[in-house]
Amino acid sequence: MTTELTDWPLWEVFVRSKQGLEHKHCGSLHAVDAAQALQMARDVYTRRQEGVSIWVVPSSAITASAPENKAEFFDPAGDKIYRHPTFYSIPDEVGHM
Amino acid sequence: MYTQALDIPEGSGDAATGLKHSGQVPAADVAASQAWFDATMDADGKIEPQDWMPEAYRKTLVRQISQHAHSEIIGMQPEGNWISRAPSLKRKAILIAKVQDEGGHGLYLYSAAETLGTSRDQMLDALHAGKAKYSSIFNYPTLTWADVGVIGWLVDGAAIMNQIPLCRCTYGPYARAMIRICKEESFHQRQGYENLLTMMRGTAAQQAMVQDAVNRWWWSVLAMFGPPDVDSPNTAQATRWGIKRISNDGLRQRFVDATVPQAKVLGVTLPDPDLKWNDATQQHDYGTIDWNEFWATVNGNGPCNKERLGTRVKAHYDGQWVRDAALAYAARQKARAMKEAA
Repeated sequence: MTTELTDWPLWEVFVRSKQGLEHKHCGSLHAVDAAQALQMARDVYTRRQEGVSIWVVPSSAITASAPENKAEFFDPAGDKIYRHPTFYSIPDEVGHM
Repeated sequence: MYTQALDIPEGSGDAATGLKHSGQVPAADVAASQAWFDATMDADGKIEPQDWMPEAYRKTLVRQISQHAHSEIIGMQPEGNWISRAPSLKRKAILIAKVQDEGGHGLYLYSAAETLGTSRDQMLDALHAGKAKYSSIFNYPTLTWADVGVIGWLVDGAAIMNQIPLCRCTYGPYARAMIRICKEESFHQRQGYENLLTMMRGTAAQQAMVQDAVNRWWWSVLAMFGPPDVDSPNTAQATRWGIKRISNDGLRQRFVDATVPQAKVLGVTLPDPDLKWNDATQQHDYGTIDWNEFWATVNGNGPCNKERLGTRVKAHYDGQWVRDAALAYAARQKARAMKEAA
């Protein structure tokens, strides 16, 4: 059996659903180069006008945090509740602040 | 969707950050990982590609998602046969869009399965070698134009019934793919039903054609939900893992109850003398499914198994030069760009 598809790199697809919103990750696909990846992303992920702009990024270019580092990576923010506005009580008569 | 590249330990990203990677958990940590996984299942939480998961969970998902992907791709054939013979430009455009959707659904699902560390080639090779299964329903022929409508109404209707609970699957990439697919399936079912409604308002011959198609498809569609619960030994495990939310018989019953009133509006009868409302259970009773035929079809002896697989394999090999040419073109463009830069 042939294994040609392994030679087609993997790309991550990000779609801006409408002007004013951010690009959001919506999936991945295999393509030979960036131009083909864009065209395929158009066909695979925006058949019903789901987007006005597409980014494609080689999957190998993405650096990800690892789940087993979740605690040391994200927990330091957990005890800093003073970073939230609700930490501070303000007298009612002040009104909205 | 959601890349497997993020799962490969040798990824450049990990070298860059120095973060240690999942997958190679020391033996002492396996118990802790299993406990974390069990707690996630208890809380009906989500598992993402990088997370630790039991091998059996991974294997079950790869099998189920790839089978699902194969079904979408093979499912393009029975309807694709009618694109050139659609009765109007409108119906032709609708059918092309639907068949293209099926191809798209296959791509979403292959991508989801790839996040589990199985390559696209491995999955396609398994399909082409006849080792991987796909939905038995696509091994039946589409004899008339009414079959196209019935596939939309009943086959896609049954698929939706089966797929909606999968949107809540514990494996994130699969659940997200299913949400996308379910949004699009609704169009598939409605276009089929509307197509049949149009035929039922036509001549007696057209009405007879619809009834004939319903008669031929009904029992195979009921079998799509899989063997009765008593013969589904894997159900308990799949339920525990949040991969299966409703049992085969449970889904089948929902489908029957939903379909009976639709058939009435359409003006067709469902070919089951035992089908009737049961006041005590508040649902429909229905007759016995021929499981011998189901298993014969699953095991390769249905009316179109050889034709479907043969067509798929031929398309893959006939398309080899296109894939080769695309690669060669990309390589040359890259070489040219590097030369210009130098």
